[in-house]
Amino acid sequence: MSNTKSLLTIKDLHASVEEKQIIKGLDLDIKPGEVHAIMGPNGAGKSTLGYVLSGRDGYSVDSGSVTLDGEDLLEMETEDRARAGLFLAFQYPVEIPGVSNLEFLKASVDAQRQARGEDAITSADFLKEAKAACKQVNLPVAFLKRGVNEGFSGGEKKRNELMQMLLLKPKLCILDETDSGLDIDALQVVAEGVNSQRSADRSFIVVTHYQRLLDYIKPDFVHVLSDGKIVKSGDASLALELEAQGYAWLQKEPAEDELEG
Amino acid sequence: MTEQIDKALAREYEAGFVSDVESETFEPGLDENVIRRISEMKGEPEWMLEWRLSAFREWLEMEEPEWALVDYPKIDFQSISYYSAPKSMKDKPKSLDEVDPELLRTYEKLGIPLIEQQMLAGIAVDAVFDSVSVVTTFREKLEEAGVIFCPISEAVHKYPDLVKKYIGSVVPKKDNYYAALNCAVFTDGSFVYIPKGIRCPMELSTYFRINEQNTGQFERTLIIADEGSHVSYLEGCTAPQRDENQLHAAVVELVAMDNAEIKYSTVQNWYPGDENGKGGIYNFVTKRGICHTNAKISWTQVETGSSVTWKYPSCILKGDNSVGEFYSVALTRGRQQADTGTKMIHIGKNTKSTIISKGISAGRSNNSYRGLVRMNPGAEGARNFTQCDSLLIGDQCGAHTFPYVESRNPSAIIEHEATTSKVSDEQMFLCRQRGLDPEKAVSMIVNGFCKEVFKELPMEFAVEAGKLLEISLEGSVG
Ligand SMILES: Nc1ncnc2c1ncn2[C@@H]1O[C@H](COP(=O)(O)OP(=O)(O)O)[C@@H](O)[C@H]1O
Ligand SMILES: [Mg+2]
Repeated sequence: MSNTKSLLTIKDLHASVEEKQIIKGLDLDIKPGEVHAIMGPNGAGKSTLGYVLSGRDGYSVDSGSVTLDGEDLLEMETEDRARAGLFLAFQYPVEIPGVSNLEFLKASVDAQRQARGEDAITSADFLKEAKAACKQVNLPVAFLKRGVNEGFSGGEKKRNELMQMLLLKPKLCILDETDSGLDIDALQVVAEGVNSQRSADRSFIVVTHYQRLLDYIKPDFVHVLSDGKIVKSGDASLALELEAQGYAWLQKEPAEDELEG
Repeated sequence: MTEQIDKALAREYEAGFVSDVESETFEPGLDENVIRRISEMKGEPEWMLEWRLSAFREWLEMEEPEWALVDYPKIDFQSISYYSAPKSMKDKPKSLDEVDPELLRTYEKLGIPLIEQQMLAGIAVDAVFDSVSVVTTFREKLEEAGVIFCPISEAVHKYPDLVKKYIGSVVPKKDNYYAALNCAVFTDGSFVYIPKGIRCPMELSTYFRINEQNTGQFERTLIIADEGSHVSYLEGCTAPQRDENQLHAAVVELVAMDNAEIKYSTVQNWYPGDENGKGGIYNFVTKRGICHTNAKISWTQVETGSSVTWKYPSCILKGDNSVGEFYSVALTRGRQQADTGTKMIHIGKNTKSTIISKGISAGRSNNSYRGLVRMNPGAEGARNFTQCDSLLIGDQCGAHTFPYVESRNPSAIIEHEATTSKVSDEQMFLCRQRGLDPEKAVSMIVNGFCKEVFKELPMEFAVEAGKLLEISLEGSVG
């Protein structure tokens, strides 16, 4: 591969939740500007990977290393990883009652600006950006006033995640099944959101079960995660293959007699 | 997360400084003689002294209440001093220029400048320091509107008829142990009278400061809103950081005549004691208002301080169509204990009450809501709505809800909703994943939880209350 510096490098990562090892020797290298899709059966560890990378409490790394922009990611606090440009769009976004989306988003943006030594954004400027972001993800502007995810439908929550991504402008976006449960229109909104943000200095990990998202977001690489490891990697055509055949053929080594038929 | 919370619960109490003023303080101890001396210091008329003494005699016969879910060593009433006042106040300064600058500095440090030009426009302040009122601002301006706003000790002289008529009319002398004690030994507090049909042109507020060691503060506030009048009143409280507990036993009485409205807000930030529960204020307070026909009383409280709080601002809805409201945020941390809530007594027809209580418990604290809704037989068509929400931070704290409902009128409607939630790991993770540090995350989540109550506070104070929570929660997560 090219010799550009990697954005994210994961080497032989082993990680556990509640004493149970979930990630079992995972390697992944992502260069700036690349889009990697991760597919795989339920329970493979896809969400866990996102949590481990973003430093969620209770997810412990047993061995291996992860660097973001050459920095040791695993040494950083959760909020410092975010400030360094890592963003996770949650599979199941949580509600924060009474805290308006706008207030939450501005506080987040300001915290990240502050970490970069910049001043807080003015309320007027932020409101303008937030309204534009709403429009882009097709959420009514009134959602800025509502409590974070409070009473949002599944699809609205996902679009709200995307809106946060648009405003925070991260370097590495991890989208955890942002397409699940969306109708085709909403799916296109997500795809367009991602495509509009694709750039030479922003990379994506897109966790999905469905080829149909990848029809819109053309990934540079597709990986299959199974039982805590990447068991197969390829280009976009791998996703088509998976769609046709499912994951079973990748999950365990075929037995001798099966081969002999 | 719990571990981090425990580790980091230490925080600065910003109001914990001591002012260096020379005070005249009574020797500790309580007997009739002490009461006579208090009355003498205030130059009170005979009827006031007699009233105090009769309350004292009642108090001697009463028992300290033990039903609240709070635990503290028995108070030795003989070890408390019942009067302390800066010496400089002895000659009753006539204007601000004559007030000891150290006293003015104290309030300035607390964010309450008493120089009118520097004050928030539209807010008049009565500043009570230990047992005396230091200054009451904007009095002339208020007098133009016919509004009386002065220390109660002064009202006893200047408006004896009003005081005589209403003092003890809402909270009877022997209402409860601490109220009776207050009647016997109260020192100062505010008196407000809003004449008929007048909308008070400014927010009124009283700022209570305990400074002297080993003294109790027994303040007494009486607010009378005559027919069709309207007033918004706010009180704030702080005290130095000391290892000994100090007693604060106040009585507040509100009278809302026909068609009158009183909005009473409290931001209570007495010293809460240290992490191990050493020191802090015992805040044993009786607050009650009576509503005549079509009148409305609204209590809003933000309680973040005190080591023990025992407080139930209540409404007697005597007149038909009268309205009572209680909005409360009570935050406890460390070893703080709060047993707070309200009583809504529906007597008149079509009376309405709303109770919104938000309890937040962190550390090893205990936070109880205790509320009574009573529908008397005559309360045709009365309604109550109660919502009690508890938020837990960490898993070593306690939240309790004790709702009491007595309905003697079948047409009355009582609704009660209660929830308990935690600041969840998921919420914390979401906030931190977006770049917020844990403290900011907790304070934002807690502020969101309190939103319905904060929106009831006068604007300037809503901001202050939000900040207060932020300071209170500083260091509550690692
Ligand atoms: N908090 C947890 N405690 C115990 N096991 C967990 C926890 N979170 C996830 N797991 C387990 O880890 C495995 C991987 O889960 P997850 O990462 O959510 O998979 P995926 O996102 O690929 O469907 C599953 O077996 C799941 O049960
Ligand atoms: Mg998942």
